[in-house]
Amino acid sequence: MPSLIAKSPLDGVEPASHGPWRLSEADPGPIALVAALPGQAARASAALKKATGLGLPEANRIVVKGGVRAVWSGREQCLVLGAMPTDLAGAVVVDQSDGWAMLRLDGPAADRVLSRLVPVDLRPSHFGEGQACRAPLGHMQAVILRAGEGFEILVFRSMAKTAWHEIETAMRQLAARSHA
Amino acid sequence: MRIDGKGLVDRSTTLGFRFDGRDYVGHEGDTLASALLANGVRLFGRSFKYHRPRGVLTAGSEEPNALVEVLEDAQKTPNVRATVQEVFAGLQAQSQNRWPSLSHDILAVNDLLSPFFSAGFYYKTFMWPRAFWERIYEPAIRRAAGLGAHSGRHDEAADEKAPAFCDLLVIGAGPSGLMAALAAARAGADVILADEDFRMGGRLLSATEEVAGQPAPDWAASVVEELQGMANVRLMPRTTVTGAYDGGTYGALERVGLHRPAAPDLPRECFWRIVARRAILCAGALERPIAFADNDRPGVMMASAVRAYLNRWGAVPGKAVTVFANNDGARALARDLVASGIAVAALIDSRDGASTAEDFPVYAGAQVIGTRGRKGLREITVRHSAGTVRLASDCLAISGGWNPSVHLSCHMNGRPVWSPEIAAFVPAEGAVPGLTAAGAARGRYSTAACLADGLEAGRAAARELGFKAPPLTVPVAEDGACAVTPLWAVAGRGRAWLDFANDVTVKDVKLAAQENYASVEHMKRYTTQGMAPDQGKSSNIGALAVLADATGRGIAETGTTTYRPPYSPVSIAAMGAGGRAEGFAPQRFLTSHGASVERGAPMIEAGLWYRPSYFPRPGETTWREACDREVAMVRDAVGVADVSTLGKIDIQGPDAARFLDLLYTNTFSTLPVGRVRYGLMLREDGHVLDDGTTARLGENHFLMTTTTAAAGLVMRHMDFVQQAHCPGWQVRFASVTEHWAQFAVAGPRARELLNTVLDTPVKGEAFPFMACGPVGVQGVAGRLFRISFSGEEGYEIAVPARHGEALFRDLVARAEALGGGPYGMEALNVLRIEKGFITHAEIHGRVTAFDIGMARMVSAKKDCIGKAAATRPGLSGEAREQLVGLRPVGAVKAMQAGAHLFNPGEDVTRETDQGYVTSTCYSPTLGGFLALGFLRNGRARHGEMVRLVDHLRGLDYLCEVSDPVFFDPEGGKLRA
Amino acid sequence: MRITCPLCGERDRREFTYYGDAVYADRPAQDAQMAVWDDYLHLRDNPAGQTRDLWYHETGCSSWLVITRNTVTHAVVATALLAADGGDGAGGAASGGSISAKLKRSGAKKPAARKPRAPKGGAA
Repeated sequence: MPSLIAKSPLDGVEPASHGPWRLSEADPGPIALVAALPGQAARASAALKKATGLGLPEANRIVVKGGVRAVWSGREQCLVLGAMPTDLAGAVVVDQSDGWAMLRLDGPAADRVLSRLVPVDLRPSHFGEGQACRAPLGHMQAVILRAGEGFEILVFRSMAKTAWHEIETAMRQLAARSHA
Repeated sequence: MRIDGKGLVDRSTTLGFRFDGRDYVGHEGDTLASALLANGVRLFGRSFKYHRPRGVLTAGSEEPNALVEVLEDAQKTPNVRATVQEVFAGLQAQSQNRWPSLSHDILAVNDLLSPFFSAGFYYKTFMWPRAFWERIYEPAIRRAAGLGAHSGRHDEAADEKAPAFCDLLVIGAGPSGLMAALAAARAGADVILADEDFRMGGRLLSATEEVAGQPAPDWAASVVEELQGMANVRLMPRTTVTGAYDGGTYGALERVGLHRPAAPDLPRECFWRIVARRAILCAGALERPIAFADNDRPGVMMASAVRAYLNRWGAVPGKAVTVFANNDGARALARDLVASGIAVAALIDSRDGASTAEDFPVYAGAQVIGTRGRKGLREITVRHSAGTVRLASDCLAISGGWNPSVHLSCHMNGRPVWSPEIAAFVPAEGAVPGLTAAGAARGRYSTAACLADGLEAGRAAARELGFKAPPLTVPVAEDGACAVTPLWAVAGRGRAWLDFANDVTVKDVKLAAQENYASVEHMKRYTTQGMAPDQGKSSNIGALAVLADATGRGIAETGTTTYRPPYSPVSIAAMGAGGRAEGFAPQRFLTSHGASVERGAPMIEAGLWYRPSYFPRPGETTWREACDREVAMVRDAVGVADVSTLGKIDIQGPDAARFLDLLYTNTFSTLPVGRVRYGLMLREDGHVLDDGTTARLGENHFLMTTTTAAAGLVMRHMDFVQQAHCPGWQVRFASVTEHWAQFAVAGPRARELLNTVLDTPVKGEAFPFMACGPVGVQGVAGRLFRISFSGEEGYEIAVPARHGEALFRDLVARAEALGGGPYGMEALNVLRIEKGFITHAEIHGRVTAFDIGMARMVSAKKDCIGKAAATRPGLSGEAREQLVGLRPVGAVKAMQAGAHLFNPGEDVTRETDQGYVTSTCYSPTLGGFLALGFLRNGRARHGEMVRLVDHLRGLDYLCEVSDPVFFDPEGGKLRA
Repeated sequence: MRITCPLCGERDRREFTYYGDAVYADRPAQDAQMAVWDDYLHLRDNPAGQTRDLWYHETGCSSWLVITRNTVTHAVVATALLAADGGDGAGGAASGGSISAKLKRSGAKKPAARKPRAPKGGAA
């Protein structure tokens, strides 16, 4: 019996470069939504720490250990990237590995590109290493992670092409400013 | 003509451009206006109503006259201010509102007819007969109206919009803005300095004075350079702050590509939303004209504009210049002209006793009472103490004083305050929270005063923001006198223009007052004063002064009209940047999208999703053929459809069942693990919110499905119910819609197909209708649900989305081998109508559980959202329109949702309306049209005839009312 | 307009969905008088001045917020999470619950009692 072929949300799209910026599809690994049950945040955090070495992050923060990251994604909840913990006391775990597409935007002052679409202050002075937020990207819901000079962007899988198109358009237009 | 060595244009560059078909040369640093003036062009356009020849009046964004069309291939942008448009190589522009040419304009005849075109002309003339309104008057007026014209083509150019954030926004980069920005930036604040000009410095760029011992433009350049080098400063030239909004948000329009040749992807403009904790309005002041007879001829300009063209651009405005002013400030212009070797015909100072000790003739206590020159000024008439004199002059520089640019301070309902000392309105303090004004924008006119005021405002803002302001001293600068004696309009005969852009005269305003349009807002609308693209920037205050005089009230009492955003015109394209075509809304694609497109399926939009409509096969010429085949395929063999768009919500926790009991009308705590139940959800007002199935995957683990349309709505509702009503309950939920690709496999051969892909085959009795459970799908962990939206034995099989495309292709291939295949939305709709299954066509927001025959699903044993309200009188009973099935009597050609139902023999009126049709289809299974609809007391009327009427589509025939389940009412096929 | 989400921080109001007066969070008991339900569902004050209403952080953290703001000046005076701090795990009633208690915990002011206003002006 043939096994089912797996495809990433953007199906191996070639990275796009405009000006000094580069857009590519990234592989975040397994994605687990970990949400503490009401009133059990401390217990859930301890259980998550035992399982992954990472507690629940504070609001708008990312915590990292080894290849695993916990990204704040709402009240007393986070997305664990790179691991799929199970049976966490005081928390529920939902596998969302295939629900998100991750795009990576690299290049100097990449916040200028993403700012065209995300109405949040993304300048390094205000959104630096270790920060993440839930915010709109155009008309889409997104999770934005600071990644060096650039960003990793999680959007719903079905909208990955639109997100790609919009970010690439922003890159093109910004690049055209300096080239003209 | 240019004066060598003068100005801030780079004479070493030559930029060829075209205006009205003629080629000219300008230089780096030129505007279209400065370049044309330097080339001796004086006539720029025709006025709006009387088509009078008009030249440049100002040197800034307030320009009312010199509006042109800029051409770019087949595109044209109308109403571009020549005073703002920068010259670049290849720029093409043309004048507007003239035909056939600028110098010979047919509609100039309006000027001769002007006695008939007074204020209110249209209101008075085109009233009778009423029948002429739409057919004759409106088309005729529309043809003659308007200024520039649009190309009529789609604008394909790029635009941008973006947010920006800062501690302090400084609006305007003149002397006060530069000092404010410098003070705050040196203190460490995050500063944005925005200025509408392409070069920062404001009026210092036109000045001949010195600041801190340097020529004023050099000092400005040095400050700009320092600011540019600071990491905490963002300079935004070519950016007009257009509006002040709530919460420290400012709108701003940046000209990105308008000053250079078009290039791929280069945006024309960027609309910024700047969020600032503090803002300082350093927008300066606008010089105001004086109204006198024939004051609108080309060659009549604002004194500040003449000074700017002379000093900043080195452009000679005329051979013999006259200055007419009511204040001290304009005197500097006359001296500058003399110093540049340009003849000053006279300075006419309206003030008695004004000093006459100058190197040029001065008429004190005198006024200009008339001008001559058809397409350009030739001569002016001056009335002075000893009589009248005619002076040959081709340029008249006028200055009626200054109006601080209070606009932004009024955008949040604030009213400016009249300051008698400077005879002008100044911003009211605190009118926009977080915004203060400094410099000329609050009536501090001299350079020294502006610098000092800007510095103090910048320091104060830094302190308020928590920064320690370093010591900084005010640069030494001129502190000249700015005394002004108000003069709004010179008394006398002839038409004296107030609003150049809309051709409003002193007489028009007086007529408005006489006809009792005495409120400034009424006068504005009656005369159209201030309603042109320039919004009366240079004319509104003069007009209201004339109105105040005509009504005998003071100016303060008369008040201003309301200042609203935007400060200067903002193109809709910039505000809506990115919203065209694909950018209008996100596109959501199924994992099977590519496979469906390969099969030629037309994709239709379902919310944001794209779903296959049908899958045509060779030889099929209409959608109906494909749809009928797909329906038969499901009824007779097996069909495969992607149903991943349905919302899927994972619900977990010890209180999950209890939470579902609160959300749904029916009970879920009693649902066994491994089973699925249909549920109905109400809004709190007792109407149906959504429906769908929920599976119990474990003791404390459920999976809810919502309709595609309501997925987001249901999530919001669940968040509300939990956070408002039961925040302590031990339950959390999350959307897994995107994680799972889910396919319906339906038909008599569905199980046979499934068993070829499942690692462990399912058996009918072991996996009955409404069973669910985990399955292995070719080694992938998936889920299987035995549910059906078609009435056939049906399953929905789910795998993680990465495997979705592969599974779809595999299922379709296997289905085809069994005489089936994929089916689309059309067939899906037919299948569900045949079974009387509802969608949001039926649960459209006004129906109750009773209406759709599900009243018994509202459990009596527990509370649920909407239960109390659903018991209200009027939400159930015979008067309600209830869900029914409808079948036409005899053969009909069409049946459409939206048709209304009436009793046979009754009139077709709103009062006799019995209900309406919500869904229709042609049923190949039953060989005829079917419909679902709502009929008054419908459940008691099965078997009756009703009349279906659709005036829009011309349908009018009888239908038989029936149970909404047309096919297999016992459900035997489901449970096979 | 800017709204400070207690979790996400200050954001543009376009990220939020407005849902009307905060009294809607104060759900009557199921067996309450129909007049009480009618009041709860349909009757709202329309003050010129301070108001408290519900907003949903739709494109952010999905929290429901109670926002105190001024309808005249548009000033946002306070924002608070609708749900108190995670609850005590003891459950609680789904209806007849007291929003005032929740608001007390989240630091917001108790809503003023709603009573008919006297007509403005005129002879007493």
